[in-house]
Amino acid sequence: MFTREFQCTTVLAILAFGLGAAFAQTPNLGEPIDEVDIAAWDIDILPDGTGLPPGNGTAAQGEPIYAQKCAVCHGVNGEGGISLALAGGEPLTNGIDTSKTIGNFWPYASTIFDYTRRAMPWLQPRTLTDDEVYALTAYLLAMHDIIDEDEVMNAETLAEVQMPNRDGFIPRFPERMP
Amino acid sequence: MPKQDSMRRWEDLGPVAENGLFDRRAFFKGGAAFAATMTGYTLSESSRAQALVDDPWSATVGTPTGPYETRSRFESSVVRTLTNPTGAPRSQQSRTPHHLIDGTFTPNGLHFAISRTGPPDIDPEQHRLVIHGLVRQPLVFTLDSLMRYPMESRMTFVECGGNSAPLWSPEPIDATVQSLHGYVSCAEWSGVMLSTLLDEVGIDPSATWLLAEGSDALAVHRSVPISKALDDAMIALYQNGERLMPGNGYPMRLLLPGWEGNMNVKWLRRIELLDQPAMSIYEAKTYAPILPNGKAYQFYFLQEVKSFITRPSPSLSLSGPGFYEISGVAYSANGRISKVMVSADGGQSWAQAALQEPVLPKAFTRFRTPWRWDGGPAVLQSRAWDEAGNVQPTRTQIVAARGEATRVPSINGFPSQHYNGPTSWGIDSDGEVKHVYA
Ligand code: HEC
Repeated sequence: MFTREFQCTTVLAILAFGLGAAFAQTPNLGEPIDEVDIAAWDIDILPDGTGLPPGNGTAAQGEPIYAQKCAVCHGVNGEGGISLALAGGEPLTNGIDTSKTIGNFWPYASTIFDYTRRAMPWLQPRTLTDDEVYALTAYLLAMHDIIDEDEVMNAETLAEVQMPNRDGFIPRFPERMP
Repeated sequence: MPKQDSMRRWEDLGPVAENGLFDRRAFFKGGAAFAATMTGYTLSESSRAQALVDDPWSATVGTPTGPYETRSRFESSVVRTLTNPTGAPRSQQSRTPHHLIDGTFTPNGLHFAISRTGPPDIDPEQHRLVIHGLVRQPLVFTLDSLMRYPMESRMTFVECGGNSAPLWSPEPIDATVQSLHGYVSCAEWSGVMLSTLLDEVGIDPSATWLLAEGSDALAVHRSVPISKALDDAMIALYQNGERLMPGNGYPMRLLLPGWEGNMNVKWLRRIELLDQPAMSIYEAKTYAPILPNGKAYQFYFLQEVKSFITRPSPSLSLSGPGFYEISGVAYSANGRISKVMVSADGGQSWAQAALQEPVLPKAFTRFRTPWRWDGGPAVLQSRAWDEAGNVQPTRTQIVAARGEATRVPSINGFPSQHYNGPTSWGIDSDGEVKHVYA
């Protein structure tokens, strides 16, 4: 009964005020802020490339950065070590426990840039320059022959990269997808 | 009481399924007679109790009452198990000891917690929550300001998408219920409904998703459909009456009742309204389970109906034939649990379990079934139904639909996610309990 009650309240609120209308009953204690002042936190990169910063890099430029900052955990050639392998990728039909890699699984190149920038190196997150992240993303893509060694990755080219497993996904609950 | 007599009264109440399962109402129907039957059975098997004398702890005054109660020193072995106690550079998981607790709420110190880079040490006065993106006016909230908003409390379970993953193993796993199902817990959460804050920022009609992001080192982020945010999502500030535990997102987390644990973003600092999902690593890769045909499910939002027996279970061996209560938990993202059936013969015959009130939607429901173990082999199993009509698949069904691991995974390995098939406990004639497939 508890849930039904508050779900009804929400539904009524939506009906009464419409999405986007101010809700007079709240204390209105949020402090207005401008998007420019959120920039330092607004780090997500969307699959269509929204959020990609200025800058660029190639796999050739990424190789020495990888050797210096990444190989200690992911192996000299991405074969894995104290952390997981970044190279390789068996066919997904090998079994539900097949290791997922950028080559056999990741649907969007944006996720590589996003994750590398926000999370890597593991102990120094968000210390890489945007040029370094472009170069490392290019290096990881070239490792799987998705792009060439000398292809420049930037805000435009990265968003256009076609990942091999792009169409390999089924939404589990289509009726709940927006 | 002569054994002959007590056995006859026992049987009058009638087993309802093979291998000693009794009617769930046997306690209530039979009342004292049923209890006497149990006692009679036990007494006839054991020697008389010793004469009672004052124990040492009764002879002196107790210890002073402290400001924050900690449990008895005799309970110190009731703990979570850890996958990464030294904080090595990889995820850290801790599992709830379901076999050592009872009821429906997980104590805060035993609530499971998973983090990538460890719980950050957040100063609540400095913490900020910003809501921006496709909104009329981006706003920043402090914890102090949120404390002045109308709040709600609700009981709900949180379950990691990878809970129960070892059960994709092709062979039974020598492990406890804690190892197999320790990444689910249930608590009463209190906080501000997200819909209230979204009303205040003003949702742009083009917004269909929101991204929630934490202030942990990795800045974990997940995409959530706006419809869920407006339904029952909460910015949770309290867990079982006290402020959130650091491992569960102190000072604030997103709570999405019934939805995949990782989406309930902890240490929440940013919500951005979007017209597309962000495709974070956790939705694009980690929590997208591979299917037998090589495709993968994505956006596996719901933690579907599941149940497991917590007692008896591995490491809690039976101390001799006689009465036991079979007890466990059931839960579903699709509402209340409507029925739990229990089997003592590996699924050949079933008895309906009693559901402990209150039965709340998207929360643990404890089930209990009286059982008389005759000392022979038994296989215990439970199966739950929810009010939306969903039932736990059999193991055969779920393996047919979702596949099976190609090798026995490490207990910490996650070969896939969202296993909600049954769990079977095999009992041998020594009373040892082990995971089996049945
Ligand atoms: C201190 C060890 C460490 C270092 C150094 C490190 N990583 Fe990682 N990396 C990790 C861990 C741990 C994970 C997460 C593993 C998991 O989720 O199980 C990870 C995950 C990743 C992933 C995601 C892989 C996947 O398939 O899930 C990528 C991509 C990655 N790292 C790239 C990099 C790059 C590029 C660098 C260098 C800038 C780097 N890492 C440096 C430890 C490290």
